[in-house]
Amino acid sequence: MSIDLETAAKVAKLARIRVDEAALPGLAQEFNTILGFIEQLNEVDVTDVEPMTSVTPQRLKRRADVVTEGDQQARVLSNAPDAREGFFAVPKVVE
Amino acid sequence: MMTDLNALTIAEARDALRRGEVTSVDLTEACLAAGQGASALNAVIHPTADLARDQARAADARIAQGDAPAMCGIPLGIKDLFCTRGVPSQAASRILDGFRPEYESTVTQQLFDAGAVMLGKLNMDEFAMGSSNETSVYGNAVNPWRRENDDTQLTPGGSSGGSASAVAADLCLAAVGTDTGGSIRQPAAFTGITGIKPTYGRCSRWGIVAFASSLDQAGPMTKSVRDAAIMLGAMCGHDPRDSTSADLPVPDFEAMLTGDIRGKVIGIPEEYRIEGMPKEISDLWADGTAMLKEAGAEIRDISLPHTKYALPAYYVIAPAEASSNLARYDGVRYGHRAQLAQGDGITEMYEKTRAEGFGAEVQRRVMVGTYVLSAGFYDAYYNRARKVRTLIKRDFDAAFAAGVDAILTPATPSAAFGLGEMTDADPVQMYLNDVFTVTVNLAGLPGISVPAGLDSRGLPLGLQLIGRPWEEGDLLNTAYALENAAGFVAKPAKWW
Repeated sequence: MSIDLETAAKVAKLARIRVDEAALPGLAQEFNTILGFIEQLNEVDVTDVEPMTSVTPQRLKRRADVVTEGDQQARVLSNAPDAREGFFAVPKVVE
Repeated sequence: MMTDLNALTIAEARDALRRGEVTSVDLTEACLAAGQGASALNAVIHPTADLARDQARAADARIAQGDAPAMCGIPLGIKDLFCTRGVPSQAASRILDGFRPEYESTVTQQLFDAGAVMLGKLNMDEFAMGSSNETSVYGNAVNPWRRENDDTQLTPGGSSGGSASAVAADLCLAAVGTDTGGSIRQPAAFTGITGIKPTYGRCSRWGIVAFASSLDQAGPMTKSVRDAAIMLGAMCGHDPRDSTSADLPVPDFEAMLTGDIRGKVIGIPEEYRIEGMPKEISDLWADGTAMLKEAGAEIRDISLPHTKYALPAYYVIAPAEASSNLARYDGVRYGHRAQLAQGDGITEMYEKTRAEGFGAEVQRRVMVGTYVLSAGFYDAYYNRARKVRTLIKRDFDAAFAAGVDAILTPATPSAAFGLGEMTDADPVQMYLNDVFTVTVNLAGLPGISVPAGLDSRGLPLGLQLIGRPWEEGDLLNTAYALENAAGFVAKPAKWW
């Protein structure tokens, strides 16, 4: 599997990272090096092997579906680059 | 003459504190002074001197009342990956510039509850992605060790490079690190200190900036195995805020350090004899094997057949999880937001913010993760890697089921290399640093790096012991026997 410039651009778009057109060839080459390394996994016979979901066999705990630490609006917003009137502020989303 | 206070081990300081020979304020001032004089190491990147002094005074009051826990009054460095309330916590990334958490990570809270003192936040690779501390927004952390007659600056390893450098240079008594593929054990080996990654689930991950959630674990980086046992006990325990935190009792690890390993079975995995292994590393491994045998352990050759596939599996799973975890850095809730141009919408805000905020290695891994999780490739890459992970864990399960108590391997394929020496190498060359450590994260096992010797140029080398899940106490005891036999006492000559 080889990554071309179009695929590299698509991956950057999916990851929401702006990549200059001039940087795409280098990026595609790095992807190909890494994916070439990963290709080794095709040598392994994985027939009837379950993909690992949890490294320890324990069951995840459950808790009651109730508010535990609510009502902390100011603290939640305290690190926001732009917060107004108790909300996170972002550029216009809908025209 | 008494050792400089900042050079004490946790155990020595604890005993001196309890005997009233020293105060936590004394210890803390000695460490703060050492840290101030060590800017050339670039290990401490956010000092918290005022907080440290307050905590030290409180610890002294508690010790005076008697019955203080072992960590009470002990000055520590904390990796920048931990969220610490009101203190910059930015995972060495520009994207978390200015972030001051409103909350405290469980691990640091537990240490503070035990009376420990925080000296400051420590350098690391950005988002813990790196093996040389060269991807940090703060610049490189530097290893206090140098090659003989050579002043080339060396890497302290990564990603917990600042933690390793700070402990080795006696800027603190011990430090907190994290380990996703070797990020405690590799830097510990590069700097001649001890570092343990406990079983997955031992330490709560709550409040630790997430890299790869199924692999990340916190652990202590210390000057001795005893210190690792003391500090690990204070760090771990069940936390309802981390759903993968194990609800198991925490034994008294220090009490398990008898040094008696007679009859223990130590496995030597043939697959770790990798092609091109330097003779110094294979000699060290043979020496360590002989030491454990001499101490009464039974040495057994074992096979872990899927070892070769651990690194490629890791470089699918870790980036996949990272691409998901790092999706939260969107310029909305915390950290950096890019300046926007007229007419830019929310997508431009995301794309510009993440391009400016993430360094090159983080961008690379996020994009590789995005690719292996994307439609059409999920099965071929991500699911296949998770199946290989199952096989890697089975290899260990089989060895332990056959009676092996611990597995001995080298910690790293080389001694510390020069900063900048790997700049022109492709990313995969750097990834090979974790060849001996990454299997342990994939299998969720405890692993410890113990300094065991010096190479021909005077640099420290470490050996790794891998234990059964949840049996850190037994693992620490085997490490203690190895430490006693190796008798590693060398310290870097001060140049900084």
